[in-house]
Amino acid sequence: MKNKSLVSINDFTKEECLRILDLAEKFEANPVQDILKGKVVATLFFEPSTRTRLSFESAVCKLGGKIIGFTDASSSSVSKGESLNDTIRTVANYSDVIVMRHPIEGSARYASEVSKVPVINAGDGANQHPTQTLLDLYSIKKTQGKLENLNICLVGDLKYGRTVHSLAMALSDFNPSFNFVSPKFLQMPKEYKMYLDNKGVKYDEHEEMKDNIKNADIVYVTRIQRERFSDPIEYERVKNAYILRKKHLEGTKPNMKVMHPLPRVNEIHPDVDDTTQAYYFTQALNGVYTRQAILAAILGLV
Amino acid sequence: MKDIKELKVSAIKNGTVIDHIPAKSVFKVISILNLDKIDNHITFGTNFESKKLGLKGIIKISEKYFEKDEINKIALIAPDAKLNIIKDYVVIEKKVVEVPEKIIGIVKCVNPKCITNHESITTKFTITSKQDVSLKCHYCEKITNQENIEIL
Ligand SMILES: [Zn+2]
Repeated sequence: MKNKSLVSINDFTKEECLRILDLAEKFEANPVQDILKGKVVATLFFEPSTRTRLSFESAVCKLGGKIIGFTDASSSSVSKGESLNDTIRTVANYSDVIVMRHPIEGSARYASEVSKVPVINAGDGANQHPTQTLLDLYSIKKTQGKLENLNICLVGDLKYGRTVHSLAMALSDFNPSFNFVSPKFLQMPKEYKMYLDNKGVKYDEHEEMKDNIKNADIVYVTRIQRERFSDPIEYERVKNAYILRKKHLEGTKPNMKVMHPLPRVNEIHPDVDDTTQAYYFTQALNGVYTRQAILAAILGLV
Repeated sequence: MKDIKELKVSAIKNGTVIDHIPAKSVFKVISILNLDKIDNHITFGTNFESKKLGLKGIIKISEKYFEKDEINKIALIAPDAKLNIIKDYVVIEKKVVEVPEKIIGIVKCVNPKCITNHESITTKFTITSKQDVSLKCHYCEKITNQENIEIL
């Protein structure tokens, strides 16, 4: 994986993904090390994403690396009209690896082609966010002890949610069975269902949570954005049907965990937070170990 | 017996005749094959009746033979095109075009949020289906379908 950019989850083979998860486990056991000493990590956030940026920066700091970069495009040369090509080529001179967040889809792939140092995609529009997918896999493996043969229930906006698309694709190598719960017009897009069909993965689609979470090992909730609805009344009506509450957790499997990519708005009621099933905050912490693993592997330090 | 329609454009001694081009795509074919930038003799005609295509066009290029990769670029806009390779006024070989595995340039990505529509970058696609042509963008990973194909 040394010097390999991570733009799309498909850039890493199944074996490479598993290696990252193994490394993340080692970093979790020993998160403060000096292995990034003397290394410069550029974090280029062309749109703000505080959560992702802090997670990366925490990962770098704990490993003794230094950070350069910007936190949104308005404070950088981009606001003066510099092309992405020029920004990346320049920053590549100053850094050992570039972590990049950009609102335009495909920008990370392009950056990886013009950059002489590896590029880690921290989200390119609605396209890819592979470090999120890897931390999700790590969280699932950690809580379930395995990735194989799990029952995964994905809830919320499955049409526009890149997180659930990438996760569904990544898990398809591990014989999962999926339940997709969403309003009809926010169902999993056809291209991803075709992908699962080709891999022989079982999935069912539902409009209600109901009993679909009872057999689940993982319930993965995503936010339904108001902007997706043309009719605000319809939004109010639908919204409540997809809020996970403590009472829904009765009769679920003892190993079941609730995950969410965060930030949450109201789709998981706060009364879930203190249950043993709530895992989303630990999931965010796992992101630091996973990103330590990714940085170390790409820089060839492990 | 020579096809009467073919005679509407004068015969060539050596070179390539590209027939069965949809009339609306004749000028795009000329542009994709860079025929507007070469010195060879070129004759073309368009808006001839065709049972299969409605209206078709034909292009004859003297002293020019195409590599497979080169000619296959036109498959997206002229999938039924037939090539006649001419030597000494005789058709020595007939060829059809095939949709290639990869498309570099030529097509615009349908996704308005794609980087290729924001910076001057050559588009790149892999073909995910040849039947009803569908192209997957190398950059944004979105699919451009046959009905959305827009030639640059
Ligand atoms: Zn694109």
